[in-house]
Order: sequence, then C-alpha cells, then structure tokens
Amino acid sequence: MRRIPLLVPALWLLGFVALPLLVVLALAISQPGDGVPPFVLPYSAATGWQPNWEPLGLLVQDDYYFSAFLQSLRVAGGTAALCLLLGFPMALGITRATPRRRPLLLMAVLLPFWTGFLPRIGAWTGILRDEGWINGLLRGLGWIDAPLPLLYSDTAMFLGMVHAYLPFAVLPLYASLSRLDRTLEDAAADLGARPATVFLTVTLPLAAPGAVAAFLLVFIPAAGEYVIPELLGPPEALLVGRVLWQEFFQNRDWPVAAALAVALLLVLILPIRLFQRLEARQ
Amino acid sequence: MTRIGLWLGLGFLWLPVLLLAGYAFSDSRVPFQWGGFSLRWFAALAANDRLREAAWLSLRIAAGSATLAVLLGGATGWVLARRGPFAGRAIFGALAGAPLVLPEVVTGLSLLLGFVLLQAATGWPAERGATTVLLAHATTGLAYVAVVVQARLAGMDASLEDAARDLGATPWVAFRTITLPLILPSLLAGWLLAFTLSLDDVVVASFVSGPAGTTLPMVVFSMLRLGLTPEVNALAVVILALALLVGGVAGWALRRVGN
Amino acid sequence: MSLLEIAGLSKHFGGIAALEALDLRVEPGEFLALLGGSGSGKSTLLRLVAGFEQPDAGSIRMEGRDLVPVPPHARPLNMMFQSYALFPHLSVQGNVAYGLKRDGVPRAERDARVAEALEMVGLAGFASRMPHRLSGGQRQRVALARALVKRPRLLLLDEPLGALDANLRERTGFELRALQRRTGASFIMVTHDQNEALALADRVAVLEAGRLVQLGPPRAVYERPATRFVANFLGAANVLEGQPDGAGGLDCPTLGASLRPAEPMPPGATACALRPERILAQPGASGPNTARGVVEDVAFRGDDSLLLVRAAGGALLRVSHAEEDGPPPPPGTALDLRWEAAALVPLAG
Repeated sequence: MRRIPLLVPALWLLGFVALPLLVVLALAISQPGDGVPPFVLPYSAATGWQPNWEPLGLLVQDDYYFSAFLQSLRVAGGTAALCLLLGFPMALGITRATPRRRPLLLMAVLLPFWTGFLPRIGAWTGILRDEGWINGLLRGLGWIDAPLPLLYSDTAMFLGMVHAYLPFAVLPLYASLSRLDRTLEDAAADLGARPATVFLTVTLPLAAPGAVAAFLLVFIPAAGEYVIPELLGPPEALLVGRVLWQEFFQNRDWPVAAALAVALLLVLILPIRLFQRLEARQ
Repeated sequence: MTRIGLWLGLGFLWLPVLLLAGYAFSDSRVPFQWGGFSLRWFAALAANDRLREAAWLSLRIAAGSATLAVLLGGATGWVLARRGPFAGRAIFGALAGAPLVLPEVVTGLSLLLGFVLLQAATGWPAERGATTVLLAHATTGLAYVAVVVQARLAGMDASLEDAARDLGATPWVAFRTITLPLILPSLLAGWLLAFTLSLDDVVVASFVSGPAGTTLPMVVFSMLRLGLTPEVNALAVVILALALLVGGVAGWALRRVGN
Repeated sequence: MSLLEIAGLSKHFGGIAALEALDLRVEPGEFLALLGGSGSGKSTLLRLVAGFEQPDAGSIRMEGRDLVPVPPHARPLNMMFQSYALFPHLSVQGNVAYGLKRDGVPRAERDARVAEALEMVGLAGFASRMPHRLSGGQRQRVALARALVKRPRLLLLDEPLGALDANLRERTGFELRALQRRTGASFIMVTHDQNEALALADRVAVLEAGRLVQLGPPRAVYERPATRFVANFLGAANVLEGQPDGAGGLDCPTLGASLRPAEPMPPGATACALRPERILAQPGASGPNTARGVVEDVAFRGDDSLLLVRAAGGALLRVSHAEEDGPPPPPGTALDLRWEAAALVPLAG
C-alpha cells in the first residue's frame, strides 16, 4: 500500500522516459532499414552485436550537420541573451512595483500566451510578410514603394524566438529578484553607494545566479527549437531541430535523426547540469 | 529606467496579440488588413469540420493527460519531498525532471521510438494516435506537476503530518485530511499547466501521433505552413476567451481553496 | 549644538500615523535608546534618520544641516541593520571595506582601517571568511565593524542584540557601550527590551503609538515613570487608580488605602505608580500609605520573590520580598503593607 505512490510513477518514468531515451541511444548506432519501422537494432539473437557508427560519424564529418549545431548554438545563445536583456528590466520593474500591482504585471506578462503558441507565430507572419501589417503601414505612409523583405529572415526568427521565450526569462528573474533582501540595498546606500553603484555592486551580483538560470531556461529549449525557425526563419537557417525533423519525417532516416538527438543531448548536458545545480541551490 | 524597460517589454509581448485580436474581426480576406468589421472568420471557424474535430480531440487529450499528470506527478512530488532516502532516488528524481529540460524534438523522437519498441515487444499500443499523444503529454505534464507539488511540500512544515499521526491518524488519513487540502492549490495549478501545455504542443504530438490522432495544433501548423488565413486569428481569439474564462474560474477557485 | 535635532517629525503609512510631531535632540557622544513596543514608531524614526523613508512633515538636522533632502548614501551617518544585512556575496573584508570603497579611500588606508575595525570588534583573522560561515555573534560584529569603519559621528542601531542568544546578549551589550565610548560617536539604538535600554543608554526615549512619552536618564525613567504606559512597560510597576481627595492625595478604594505622595498630585491625575520593591511588610502598620491584604501566590525569582497580594478592596498588588529577609510568607498569609510617600509617583496619563 505504502509503495504505490513510489512504484506507479517509477514504472511510468522507466517506461516513458528512461526506456525511450535508451532506445534513442540504441537507434543512433543502428542500421537504417527498408521495413517498418525503418531500422535494424544493433543487437539481435540471430546476428549478435552489430553496431553501426556511421550516423554518429556523419555528424562529425559532414559540414551540413556540424553547421546545424553551430546555427543552433548561435540562435539559442542570441535568443537567451536578448531575453535576458529585455527581461531583466521587466523583472526588476515588477519587483519594484507596489505589492498590489505585482500580480497584475505578472499576469500581463503571461496573458499573451493564452492565445496559443502557433497563432502568435502566425501573427508575426501576418505582421512581417510582404502584404503584412508593417509593410502596409509603411506603404500607406508613402515611405516605401516595394515591400521590405522582413519575413523568412534572421530578424523575423529572432523576433519570434524572443517573443516566445521571454516569459521563461522574466519569471525566474522575478523569482530571484523578489527573494533579494531589500535591506542589503539599503545597507549599501547607507554605506555611501549611489543608486547606480548599489545596482552594480549588490543587486546585479546577487541576481547573477538567477540570471544564469534564466539564460539557461531559454537556451536549452531554444537549442532544439523547430517550429519558429521553420515558420519565420530563412530557408538556410537549418537548426538542429529542423534538420532532425527533416531526417525523420522527409528522409525517413531514423538512425541519423536519433544520432542528432544524442548529439544535441551531449551538447546540452553541461547547460542542463548547470541549470539543475542552480535550481537545487535555490 | 526599469519602468521604461518594463513597459517596452510588455508592449513587445502584447503588440502581436492585440493586432491578432483586432484583425480577427476584419472582413478582409488578407490577414492583418482591415476591411471593415465582420464576424465572418468566426463563422468560417465554426463551419470548419476539420478544425472542430481536431479541437474536440485536443481538449479530450488535454483533459485526460492533465488528470493523469496530476495523479502521477502529485505522487512523484510527494515521494521526492517526503519519502526520504531510498535506493534509486537520484535516478527517480532525474527521470522525473528530464522532460523539463529535454528539447521537444528529443522528447518527441524518444517517446515515438519507445512506443514503437513497446509495440514490437508487447503489441501495445496497437496503433499510434490519440492514446500515444495522451501518454506522451501525461509524461511531460507529470514532470511539471511534480515540480510544483514538490516545491509546495518543501515549503510546508513536515511536522504537520507528524502532528496528525501523533493525534491518531493513519498515514492515509493524515494525507487525506492534512496534506491533500494543503497541496490542493498546487494540484489545481499543475492540472491547468499540464492542460495548457498539452493544448499548445505541436512537436511531440507530431512525432508520436498517427493518422487517427490529428490534434488542433497539428492542424493549425499545417495551415500556417500553407499560408496564413484570418481563421487562425479568430481561433486565437476563441482560445484567449476560453483561457480567460478558465483562468478566471481557476483563480477564483484557488482563492477560495486558499482561504 | 546638538548633533542631531529632530523637530515636528511626522510620518503616515496609508492613513496610519507611525510618527506624530516628534521632537528629539541627540547630543555628541551620547548613547540614546529608543524604547517601545512593536508599532510604536521606533524603527520608522530610525529609517527616517537614515533616509530610507521621507517624512510627511518636520525636519531632521545634523550639525545644523538639513538631512531631509539628502539621499541615504550621502548622509554622514551609518546604520547597523536588525538582520545585519551582510552582503552574502562578499567576504568579511569585502563587507567592511564596502563603505570605504564608496568614499574612494585608497587601497592601503582601506586595508589598514578594515583591519583596525575588525580588531576592534575582536574579529581579526576573519577577514577572508564568507558571511554564511560565521556564527550569529560574529555576524553581529561584522555588521558593527562595517558601520563603524567609516567613523560616523552618528551610528543607528536597529535591535543590535535582538538576534543573539541570551548569554551572549549581556556581554555584547557591554562591548557595544565600550565601543561607543572609545569611538566617541553618538549611538541611537532601537530596542523593545527595557533591560537593554536601561543598562546601556545614557538616555532612554520611550515611544508609544508614534509619540515620545518620556525622555530621560534610565534611572529617572525607571523610578519616575511619566505615564501608565511607561510604568507598565518599564519593570512592571503597580499602577494604583483612585480619586483625588482634595488634599494632594488619592483615595484608592480598590486597595482600601489612601495615597499621600511626597509631591502633591498634579490636577487631573488619577493614578500613581508604585514599584514592587518599594512596598514593605510591617505588622500593625496603619494610616495613609498603608494597605492590608492576603498573599495569593508566590513566585521565586532568584534574588527576590514576587508576592501577589490581594488587597482588602480587591486590587492585586505586586510586592517584592528580598531573599535576605528570610523565606517569603506562604499563600494565605495576611500582610500589613507600608510604603514611603516618596515611592509614590503621580502619573500624568
């Protein structure tokens, strides 16, 4: 009786988290096949142990995959940095607001997300495309003759990414800033620090772990993002998520898709461990 | 300075949403172009069988997976916060937290492969579709509920349960009369979170679903790929209205429970 | 000239008065205790002087200069916070040096002064420790060193001993006073503990509901409380209620006694304070300034016992019985009680 709350979730997690991840590992060293499912596992009783290192090797040798990782890191890093830059003053502003207004401002950060993820991305396409809102506005003002190519660009992709991930930065920043003891800032002022110095010597260093956590909370999912680059980004923005999707759905090369997943996990393992450390400390 | 930053950020967050909501009522065929007030896109939405069916399926999957997530995630959070050390605790905690940090494409691919292998080995699940999406969403929802419940329990005095035991309550009665009422707001919040995540997910669902399990986000995604139509704006307004309604009711309920 | 002059200082929070037209002067080299319960306004007063709150009315002057428009970082005074407010990301050295850095004190002088300050509070050798690796008493000393290292003419201390264990509190209190004498700075200490205030301060200011109700040397405040509140708050005196008898005394029917204080009752006053240790048992005593009663309960307190005596009129008197006078009378004993006229302190409010 007492074991049920442990056993049931434990079995669930083994079945739907541990096992699938192990299968991804196994698949990354499998032979592609023509059957359904389209692969042959590296071990069977009949053939014994037959690993296929080709998919993983491909990732190192082929520039196409390597540049996908570089692109992913660039987009995820840029998105996280922009979210931090935009989110920090927001979180600080909410912390500094009166206690009555704080929940309202937090709601104001979250409410846009209740329209659904995809319609919001759709809205950006509607705003940015050639017949879109911005080009219509600029043409109406007579400032341009031909539409500006806004959609399917880096700008569009970053706008969509930052828009989608900004709350992931604001919320942990707010959590860490609101935990900050305000008397520390009073004490710094009492010891002669001007407001800007108080911010640089007390607020910022104490908020640093929260800022790193916020950065990682954006960076980790953004590194594997598929939908936003696909709908807003330029065709050449082939991020890992997009390449993995292509290999899986279009090329039906499951072993390479799995190898990409394994490689993505390897790349993210350090940020993930760092993030979990920061979380555990709080 | 911070004030300017705050309003700048809020403006950025709200601009597309406000535009989207406004142009949902435009008569024009071109999205984000004003052609006079009209409800035609809401009518078009209501007449779109494919969307309606997908929405109904998504709602059922979301409700089912959120409920499963609360049951499993609640137990997981409780185990992590209260059960003390046991063999494999570190692995248990890592597995429970994994869906929170895995990129969506990895979660989707791994769950699909898991289902394929399970099917090959046991014959279950017989086909991919609504059931596999529900199981996948319950798994990610579990992780979120567990975090919320664990945080709530960690902030709660463990001696409350000890006091109940001391006063003669069995573990189950102590849980039902003391712990459960205190974590109820977290369970409700966790349910809503899991429900929302399920309704919003396109990547994991695309991987694990089959021909019979086309969810609403999957339909919307294909619509967006083929080219934006004003129907999507109308759909977003409907979702926002429903979310506000559910959020309002939930906020009211949470406050009642909190009191 | 006084070091600090506060005049007509008022502060409201959402319609509730935290401070009401308060006047106060602090002299150079003085140790002043602000004594009061929670909500008395003592902490608000401290935060106003430090500059973390802006007054609604009134002025705060230090050495003749108006402090109100001066932001906290530019005020020539320092504060020791109740929570100590040690910067968790800086070492002891970093914490103590923080204020000197802000003043642009050169490195060599800074290090010397930090070392001196740490030496002064008995923490030499702790400079590289981080705050979370210090005990409560050590943190308190770091906070003190950090506030004193800038050599302020005025130091504000918010419940400086409040977070310490009882056995550490007395010793630290003496050290605090020694430091105050050594530095020659004026200290304003907020506390809710009357023993602390009486033991350490040169003068005690008692606050009640945002008003200054009494200000004076500890002995004067203790022996001659001005109001019922002060009499109750400081050492729990008996407050005897009665009606003026027209001859400068009080008729006290609940006590079954008539009170004749040495000085005549001021007009309108209807109560006197009488300390438990000023009441003596004297068989056969009668006349004014005597009462009869029966011992209801006895509490042993170490160097004395506290008797609860039910007077003939029904009032309950607290009477101290010194140990050297032998064992206290057991409950049920009838007592004749007497006190000196000078022991009665007429209360104004």
